[in-house]
Amino acid sequence: MEPVTLTVNGATRRLFVPPQRTLLETVREDLGLTGTKHGCELGECGACTVLIDGVPILSCLTLTVNATDCEIVTIEGIGSMTEPHPLQRSFGEHGAAQCGYCTPAMILTAKALLDRDPNPSEETIAEAIAGNMCRCTGYLSILSAVAAVTEENQ
Amino acid sequence: MTTRTTPRVRGGVGTSVQRPDGEPKVKGNFAYASDLSSEDMLWGATLRSPHAHARLVKIDIAPALAMPGVHAVLTQDDVVGAPMFGQEDQDQPVLCDGTARYWGEPVAVVAAEDEETARLAAGAIVVEWEPLTPVDDPEIAVEGGSTFRDMRIRRGDEAAVGPVVVEGFYETATQDQAPLGPEAGFAIPDGEGGLDLYITSQWIHVDHRQIIACLDMDPDQVRCHPAGIGGAFGSREDISLHIHIAMLSLATGRPVKMVYDRSESFVGHVKRHPSRMWYRHEADQDGNLVKVTVRLIFDGGAYAHTSRAVIANAAFFAVGPYRCQNVMVDAAVARTNNPPAGAMRGFGAVQTCFGAESQMDLLADALGLDPLELRRRNALGPGDAMATSGQIIEGSLPTIAVIDALESIPLPDPIASDDPLLAPGGTGLTTPVSTVVRGVGYAVGLKNVAFSEGFDDFAEARVVMTTAGVEVHTAAIEVGQGLVTVCQQIARTILGTDRVAVVWSDTSQIGSAGSTSASRQTQMTGGAVHDAAKGLRDQILSVHGGDELRDDGVYARDELIATISEICADGPVEHHVRFRHPETFPPDENGQGDVHAGFVVAAHRAVVDVDPELGLVRVVQVDTAQDVGKALNPQAIVGQLEGGIMQGMGLAVMEELIIDGGVIRNPTFTDYLIPTFLDAPDIETRIIEEGDHWGPFGAKGIAESPTISSTPAIVAAIRAATGRELTRVPVRPSDIVGI
Repeated sequence: MEPVTLTVNGATRRLFVPPQRTLLETVREDLGLTGTKHGCELGECGACTVLIDGVPILSCLTLTVNATDCEIVTIEGIGSMTEPHPLQRSFGEHGAAQCGYCTPAMILTAKALLDRDPNPSEETIAEAIAGNMCRCTGYLSILSAVAAVTEENQ
Repeated sequence: MTTRTTPRVRGGVGTSVQRPDGEPKVKGNFAYASDLSSEDMLWGATLRSPHAHARLVKIDIAPALAMPGVHAVLTQDDVVGAPMFGQEDQDQPVLCDGTARYWGEPVAVVAAEDEETARLAAGAIVVEWEPLTPVDDPEIAVEGGSTFRDMRIRRGDEAAVGPVVVEGFYETATQDQAPLGPEAGFAIPDGEGGLDLYITSQWIHVDHRQIIACLDMDPDQVRCHPAGIGGAFGSREDISLHIHIAMLSLATGRPVKMVYDRSESFVGHVKRHPSRMWYRHEADQDGNLVKVTVRLIFDGGAYAHTSRAVIANAAFFAVGPYRCQNVMVDAAVARTNNPPAGAMRGFGAVQTCFGAESQMDLLADALGLDPLELRRRNALGPGDAMATSGQIIEGSLPTIAVIDALESIPLPDPIASDDPLLAPGGTGLTTPVSTVVRGVGYAVGLKNVAFSEGFDDFAEARVVMTTAGVEVHTAAIEVGQGLVTVCQQIARTILGTDRVAVVWSDTSQIGSAGSTSASRQTQMTGGAVHDAAKGLRDQILSVHGGDELRDDGVYARDELIATISEICADGPVEHHVRFRHPETFPPDENGQGDVHAGFVVAAHRAVVDVDPELGLVRVVQVDTAQDVGKALNPQAIVGQLEGGIMQGMGLAVMEELIIDGGVIRNPTFTDYLIPTFLDAPDIETRIIEEGDHWGPFGAKGIAESPTISSTPAIVAAIRAATGRELTRVPVRPSDIVGI
């Protein structure tokens, strides 16, 4: 077991994990933050995306020990019960979540994009989210949901 | 159906109201099956057959049992009830019964303290196999008489001839539903010998029936609860891990959780049947169809699942939405040692739509007719006879209207030459953009709604008025399609209040809602909610007088005469309904009869850009006009159309499970490609509202239509761009290069 210190959604967490434990397993099983999803365990589907120091990272391909001392943000760490993040609200309004399994990762990836580029073009949005698969929506409602919260459209 | 709508209510039918489960989904606290856990739970894992066909000579579970942390290792010998399960035919053993009949068939299951130990223990089981030759060619299986069902349709005159003849052979590959959430389930023993199962399902009562039979338990000893589902598309219509987790939980007395990984998910659920289709269309010089002759062979894999219904659908929709007096169809679904096939969105109609629409284009070409004009001339409408079954179309079927609406959508601009993202292959394109060729193609698709052939198809719902609001109780499964929203909207509209909650009930609390498949729940459970709400309203109005229900009570001539508290003075009031669609009948020996409950039609137009040097295709735009009956929630409809088109596009140009000697060679998202954001075409939708003869407010189920005719439309567009025949989907670059 290896000692690691993570900052998850603003809280410092110290825990012991086996060296082979992925950040996805740690977030879901050890920390109980099940908004982060397991989809393919090979880094293809993007459902396990979390933000590490503001950058979207595939938690299924990241060893927990390698995330030590990093700032990790999961879907539970943006918005609040009473005041959802504008992306969360917009995804709801645009019907961008059907089964919803890809949604937390989509929202985090979109948040990282908007944090570095508040006015992305539709092409930029599509490119940024291309690593996150959705099997339900056909992506167009997701595009509308993200485009609606660019600085320009707010 | 003439239900008065109450304009005062918010979020009623016809509005794009937000889905109630949207909030937990965007916040990440919607509980999917894989998110459930408890402190004392064990993890399950499955050992699977490494052979497509083999005799199990000897199995030694002792090495697995000896591992620290392992609590149970179970085989078929541990099945105490019925040894076999299956939705239609009980032909699949719960665990390998001495012969493995497909690659990946479950052989043994393990429960252990953690996931890793469970998987390692499954791998520690020692099995001696005697490999047998797999039957992996469905034609050979059919020749040997090994089929799940043979269908024969004979309508009209077999000797009829038309002067214009086109023939073709078409194939569709194995498509996977690839829902993003893998199979998962959670079993909790109740301490009294029974169980609570939290499972992913499309039809929880039929799962329950199979589970209790294999466990040899009474219905009330096992309660099946619907757990959150990460997509379904047919993949969850059949049992996967349900019986296994129940057995492990009973054997250990502990809660057991099991979650498949992606590769296991690919073998753990049924897929779309691969097909081979021989077609002959004969027409007169004006393009009127004279005779259609079809032979179909579908590969059902090792076990029956829903193959018998799939092949019937394929056969009945083998001609498409067209009139034809003389139709001969011979169809068979083969039993092989390939992975089992079953339900996937479109359910048999997808395959034959590709064959039939390819033929209509060939015919239009032979006649020198516009492809849409040929389709208009033969269009099936209300009062016409189905070409295959002879059933007279009741209710609405706006075939010509969807074609006209589709044609009115403007075509997209030519490719913008400077942006590599807009070119086939994206930045990987190495040929000049000026060599890219554009093509446009069309297809029209027909599908039945709800279960057919005399099946006793019903849905139960209970609508309860309480002082806190209205509850809709149902066991109908929400897979993401938006049924939960539609049920709310229907109840709101009829009961005049927006305070409506849909309450998911387990199998002990309410009767079956039937399957979330066959485009049926909007009409079936929607119909049940509609009738239950109407019954409740009538009941309340008959007790209290008055002419209208509103949010705060009963009104008579705009005056409140009884408050909700008064209505519920003796407790909640409720109305329960078991809703049935118009009766259907099994076909006769010639495949004739009123076999279907209703029909839905859609048309698609695809625009593609093709790089002929590398054979790369970019699907630029896919437009659709969709028959919906009545649009209960326009936003949800558009969501279904866009998502369904994307799956149709997957089958057209990307998605194929490569199965070699019965072995799936690409069971990962690395090698089985589903469309990403950058593959997504633009989509324009037109919604055609012509109310149907049954279903709430005239609404139709629409979720399968977008997956049916989108595929042939895209292939037609690639043909238009390349001049290639393209008789197999998915179309591969190697089918295109060198033009």
